[in-house]
Amino acid sequence: MRILWICSLLLCMLPVRASEPLTIAAASDLRYALDDIIALYRTEYPGSTLRVIYGSSGKISTQIRHGAPFDLFFSADIQFPEQLYAEGHAIHQPELYAIGRIVLWSPRLSLADTPLEQLTSLHFRRLAIAQPAHAPYGLRAKEALQALGLWQALEAKLVYGENIAQTAQMAQSGAAEVAIIALSLARFPELSRHGYQLIPAELHQPLTQAFVITRHGANKPSAHQFSAFMARDEVRAIMQHYGFELPDAELAQLEQSR
Amino acid sequence: MIELTAQDWQAIQLTLKLCLYTTLILLLLGTPLAWWLAQGQSRVRTAIQAVVALPLVLPPTVLGFYLLLLLGPHGAVGGTLEQLGFHHLAFSFSGILIGSVIYSLPFTVQPLLESFRRMGPRPLEVAQTLGAGKLDQLFSVVLPLCRGGFIVAATLTFAHTLGEFGVILMLGGSIPGETQVLSVLIYDHTEAMNYSQAHQLSLGLLIAAFVVLFIVYGLNKRFDRGQLT
Repeated sequence: MRILWICSLLLCMLPVRASEPLTIAAASDLRYALDDIIALYRTEYPGSTLRVIYGSSGKISTQIRHGAPFDLFFSADIQFPEQLYAEGHAIHQPELYAIGRIVLWSPRLSLADTPLEQLTSLHFRRLAIAQPAHAPYGLRAKEALQALGLWQALEAKLVYGENIAQTAQMAQSGAAEVAIIALSLARFPELSRHGYQLIPAELHQPLTQAFVITRHGANKPSAHQFSAFMARDEVRAIMQHYGFELPDAELAQLEQSR
Repeated sequence: MIELTAQDWQAIQLTLKLCLYTTLILLLLGTPLAWWLAQGQSRVRTAIQAVVALPLVLPPTVLGFYLLLLLGPHGAVGGTLEQLGFHHLAFSFSGILIGSVIYSLPFTVQPLLESFRRMGPRPLEVAQTLGAGKLDQLFSVVLPLCRGGFIVAATLTFAHTLGEFGVILMLGGSIPGETQVLSVLIYDHTEAMNYSQAHQLSLGLLIAAFVVLFIVYGLNKRFDRGQLT
């Protein structure tokens, strides 16, 4: 046992961290949008080293709590970065950057003409949603199904993806006929061929997307640089292209309704 | 046809590094352990043998979960390291290396134990009466006689680490160049719906695993016939 200890001590000294790249952990609804944003960032700041890890917001935030070396965290729900900030794992209040939407999506069935309330009349065996326990999109899907009064009827048909991208993959591979996924994924060219049906935002709590710089990234100039980059017009255009609503537009709507 | 990206190569390199380190460490740790286990049938030995075999039965998630708690910044090991001014081990290469060592332990110890038992005490007794020292006994008697066991232990450990997934996923966090090994990268590729890339790597891994196992069983047969021992 002592040998194991000594070995582990020695080994953790081995990797010499020269210039550590910027590590971004992001909710997997951003999988395509953020890839585009990073490509743009790279043309602007050539020579910058950064890497992205996608996962469910809940999983990433647990990993950050356990010391994962992530510098920036893009969450699909503001609640996770808020908690991290309250616990001292993030250095600022979460910054809102978009509002996400969920869609009903199927690569096989045509959903366009079926009202959501009659979802149960469609012939399918499996409906995929993300794991509500730790994936915000899964929780919102559950809320929407509950609001429609379909949860009980459909529960036996549900399969759960580990995060929203895996949920989309479950349906794309044909393992599940229907899925509730992020609009930002359904807009991706390869998936958008099949069409989707937008689920009204009133049926669920909003998917307020927010990001924070973690304590790990606090002293990295590149973390702050990327954070500032997110406010660019070009970046906002990319987000909009993938079906995200922008927080300002949301605010403007609120103002109008007053 | 084969177009591997830089990320793929990085994962292949990392996987091979992990397999190699795990095998070397386990041969160093597993040999004395298997030797001690081979010396008798006491209750303590049986208990230790059961502990060694645990990773065969436990779901990798259980192992990964406990290792995450243990090696993370608040765990006994990770916390101590942080206090000493080092980094904790969760989400690092050292962390998944420790995970692999524990996870593949039975695959080193079992074949060695078997071959030590098959050798029996007799050759060493003879060597001793001929005046061989302890070190001499190890290098001129044990290693040559149990060469088969060592080769099988090393290949099986290497191959088993190659296929590791659950522990690394829980403990590693899929960081490219640090903890994103092949199995995890394939998972990421399927999730991103990069099916062609997932196919390439999966097929490569499948063939590599087959070749390794083919060699192990081939060697096994020859040892059974007593040609190489």
